[in-house]
Amino acid sequence: MSAVGEMKTAAYICRGCGIGERLNTKQMAMVAQKEGKMKVVREHDFLCDASGVQMIRDDIANEAVTHVMIAACSRRAKTEAFNFQDVPMARANIREGVIWSQPEGAAAQEVTQDMADDYVRMGCAEVKKMKLPAGAPVASQNRRVLVVGGGMSGLTAALESAEAGFEAVIVEKQGALGGWAAQLWKRAPFRSPYTDPVDTGVAELVAKVTNHPRIEVHLNATLAQTSGAPGAFTVQVATESGATTALEVGAIIQATGFTTYDIAKLPELGGGQHPNVVDQAGLEALVIAAARQGVPVKRPSDGGEVRSVVFLQCAGQRDDSGKHLPYCSGHCCNTSIKQAMYFKDANPAIDTVVLYTDLRTPGMGEDFYRSGQTKGVTFTKGLASGVAAAGNSCTVQFRDFILDEDTSIEADLVVLATGQVPNSGVNIDIPEDQQPAVKPISILNLTYRQGKDLPQLKDGLTDSHFICFPYETRRTGIYAAGPVRRPMDIAQATEDATGAALKAIQAVENAALGRAAHPRSGDLSYPIVPLEGCTQCKRCTVECPFGAIDEDEKRFPLFNESRCRRCGTCMGACPVRVISFENYSPDTVGSQIKAIDMPDEFSEKPRILVLACENDAYPALDMAGMQRNVYSAFVRVIPVRCLGSVNTVWITDALNGGWDGVMMLGCKHGDDYQCHFVKGSELAGYRMSKVDDTLKQMGLETERVASYEVAITDIARAPQLINEYVAKIQEIGMSPMKGFA
Amino acid sequence: MTAPIPTSQTILVVGGGISGLTVALEAAECGKQVILVEKLPTLGGRTALLYRYFPKLCHPVCGLEINLRRLKGNRNVRVLTMAEVVSITGTRGDYTATLRISPRHVTAQCTACGDCAKAVSAEIPNPYNYGLNQMKAAYLPHAMAYPQRYVVDPSIVGTPDGEKARAACKVGAIDLDMKEEIIELKVGAVAWATGWQPYDAAKIQPYGYDRFANVVTSVEFERMCDPHGPTGGKILRPFDGEPATNIAFIQCAGSRDENHLRHCSRICCMASLKQTQYVREAYGEGGKSTIYYIDIRAIDRFEDFYRKVLQDPTVRFVKSKVARIAQDDKTGGLILHGVDTEGYHRYEAPHDLVVLAVGMEPSVKGADIPAEVIADSSGFLEGSSGGGIFGAGCASGALDVNRSVQQATATALRAIQVVNKAAAAEVAR
Repeated sequence: MSAVGEMKTAAYICRGCGIGERLNTKQMAMVAQKEGKMKVVREHDFLCDASGVQMIRDDIANEAVTHVMIAACSRRAKTEAFNFQDVPMARANIREGVIWSQPEGAAAQEVTQDMADDYVRMGCAEVKKMKLPAGAPVASQNRRVLVVGGGMSGLTAALESAEAGFEAVIVEKQGALGGWAAQLWKRAPFRSPYTDPVDTGVAELVAKVTNHPRIEVHLNATLAQTSGAPGAFTVQVATESGATTALEVGAIIQATGFTTYDIAKLPELGGGQHPNVVDQAGLEALVIAAARQGVPVKRPSDGGEVRSVVFLQCAGQRDDSGKHLPYCSGHCCNTSIKQAMYFKDANPAIDTVVLYTDLRTPGMGEDFYRSGQTKGVTFTKGLASGVAAAGNSCTVQFRDFILDEDTSIEADLVVLATGQVPNSGVNIDIPEDQQPAVKPISILNLTYRQGKDLPQLKDGLTDSHFICFPYETRRTGIYAAGPVRRPMDIAQATEDATGAALKAIQAVENAALGRAAHPRSGDLSYPIVPLEGCTQCKRCTVECPFGAIDEDEKRFPLFNESRCRRCGTCMGACPVRVISFENYSPDTVGSQIKAIDMPDEFSEKPRILVLACENDAYPALDMAGMQRNVYSAFVRVIPVRCLGSVNTVWITDALNGGWDGVMMLGCKHGDDYQCHFVKGSELAGYRMSKVDDTLKQMGLETERVASYEVAITDIARAPQLINEYVAKIQEIGMSPMKGFA
Repeated sequence: MTAPIPTSQTILVVGGGISGLTVALEAAECGKQVILVEKLPTLGGRTALLYRYFPKLCHPVCGLEINLRRLKGNRNVRVLTMAEVVSITGTRGDYTATLRISPRHVTAQCTACGDCAKAVSAEIPNPYNYGLNQMKAAYLPHAMAYPQRYVVDPSIVGTPDGEKARAACKVGAIDLDMKEEIIELKVGAVAWATGWQPYDAAKIQPYGYDRFANVVTSVEFERMCDPHGPTGGKILRPFDGEPATNIAFIQCAGSRDENHLRHCSRICCMASLKQTQYVREAYGEGGKSTIYYIDIRAIDRFEDFYRKVLQDPTVRFVKSKVARIAQDDKTGGLILHGVDTEGYHRYEAPHDLVVLAVGMEPSVKGADIPAEVIADSSGFLEGSSGGGIFGAGCASGALDVNRSVQQATATALRAIQVVNKAAAAEVAR
């Protein structure tokens, strides 16, 4: 190895896959040497083959090469071959990005070669600015998992973490463990045979948790404060007496469950109007009370025996009037079937009717539904319009959809299948002055700059926005599990809590090694910020999609690396450009923008900079190349971690440097956003709206900077967008800035 | 990737769809060693064949790209494609898995340049489009295929086409002599994530899937609507290639039926609701979708999407189990016969195209899994008697993508618990 700190750069140019036939690789090598100032430059016929890879390895080992630039295929291809962990590496995309996206033939030869030469220049410029990420492991790391909530989800999360060898702490607001499940007589079956209600298993689970050597339980306790980051959270656990205890934990699972929808809000269905109209939780209480006395279930109004029960599904849910819950709580159909069986199993003569619009018993729940029918439960498709209760009897008015008529039914007891309301704390997206009159009580009491609780997705639920990634969280190391995340039954909550336990353990492991969590899993780079340049503008702390940046007592940004997801949104936000990653910085991109050979204004060769999101737009362009979808040879594409990481300095540098246009290709934003970093593409759009003024000051047309939403499937559309944009720029004409570059 | 040496602390994941990938990645990102086995030449499974997901109508390959990048960057996972499990013996923490690896006839040297496909003229039915079109017998399964490596179909080995493919490869990556291999692995825990397959629609005789060209399955319709699919995204009547604008969706085709699948397949209601929006995307107000259903099971937050489709004037809902379908043999047009149970009205409804929302059954039913496992009456995996083999994703039940991933994440932890205990026992010894 050479002296410490001495940089020795090497460029490797592949001639395989047709690169050698289509391009003058000798010229590319020359560019790397003369302009790129690479110390070692080698060509190879088949660089990803063992001999090519060995050549690079040998140079690293014997020639003290410290930085590697590979001009071959896309960085998405041949990742197993080009896997050099101990040196920074840049990849110039000559295959998908040049020869596969450009037409063959003499007519296109010159511009295609220009393109390849520029990508070599850019790769050389980039790699020289890259450093190997050191990683920032959490110094005083703690591996314990904190579980907030001691219901079925919380108990499961704690037990599953402990069974994997980790310590767990449960903080439960109530005086006992078990949550709602402990208030149930039985639960719906969750494995074969799906015929009868089964024991809840709560007592057994509570016993396992209570006796587990690795689980600590705090009852009558809440979180007064949560601060820190994965691997090093500090929580203040407050008890009723007002005393607080500090705990150090590595990750947090929020399993705070739900509250039942208040039936008093359903007076038209008799809710809160008459004792014989109860919700599903109320019925469980009646059944448990009766079972304790060894007697049949009693009518609340007079203690008389219940001979008939009507279950009204979707009470106060699936509501489109805006008055009640808009969603379906998922479990209630099975729960009503289970509850009807309580009666049928005890006495088949008791009349039980389930009144529903859509009966929802997915999967093997269908067998349970069938079993209900076998036991004589009546299922009627209809919608209740009102419940009139007087004395000891209730009359349910309803529309019978099958008979297509309005009718009514008498019952001793009416059970309203109401929904789950998540216990998710404060909605941090609502400004302080617009919070509801009765302010929700915070669950986590985070000291984070961006609010006290987990961000809510919709309807108070703290669910992930992503279908492929249900545990995606906007607060790294804090995972929601159970009905607080999404309405669910016990079976799903148990699965969910187990999955959340895995993510918590993973967050702890990541923090210990300084690795990023999903989607840049394993990334060791992190934001490096020399504060002397910082102007305390707070853009980074406000815009971080993951709430990773706090402010210190001197109002400087305080980066919490283990909360950071390495998207670079802070880097894009910083007006003074002091935020950078070791291998991705204003400089690694800026130097590429400056590195190209800019043709003069008479050349008729415009240059368009394409900043493409590496998650969607860049793969789409790669696949366009694979399918030989041709696009303009005047573009130079630079992949970015997220459009949110695009600093406007790149745009102004490009325009000052004579580039004729800048295209930004990012993910869809809005309600159904596709940005993997939540709002990167949206922020980029917002920032670029401000660029118009800069363009005008420079005397440039506003069309010279444009943003597009591109999906990974836009294999045909992305090239088309490029071609249309290039045509537009050609129409506007070459940039007047060229002469001044 | 360096190949980890399998030990009792290795987790074997069988199936490389989104559930298997999830188990593998989540476990590997906790530092565990994983071997991921896939029967097909590429990872990605069935979700890679979906045009869009409900309810966001986003593209499944978007998540696949992220998962593949996680995989490429992780040294803890070893991927074996074209590999099937022949048997798993042993006990929790100490299993021996025997795998059969079919010849790909293309080595790791392949650069995916495509020269072999250009040289070959033979074509085979394209399984990634459910056989709706043909592909070359030397192929890359699809644009997102990983490993990014071609496959030479065994049908051209020993033919002039095979030789042409070999001759075309400049890097000598084609090996026509490659033979089937049997290998054995020591593993501590197994996640069985072999996913689902569509129920054989031909078995539902009254619907005439095997007799009427214009009766297709929901998975075929999904490919038809994809611009990268066999019709370039055009919704056409297979009978005559004309645009199909009046489309019937028949729910519970095979599901919730003791003669076929006794369970509810969960995804089909949402899938058909989603597919009505493909029709709208293609034809605007000119398209017509009719959903024949028993119950619309738009569970939890999916209710929003159902509500949105309910408000769409191009979509009609009929509560009915369609009794039978008849075909006009001249035009290929279809007449659906049945009774609308809301008010008991008989109907004879003409449609251009019928999409059967076919049920989901396990790709490998419990009884066919070569290991000691416990399955339910539909063949979904509940666990194993020894406690070290777990069902993941749709192998464990009829789940949508979101729930499959959730369940697979949980499975990763269960597998980790087993191998951690095996490790602790080893230390104790």
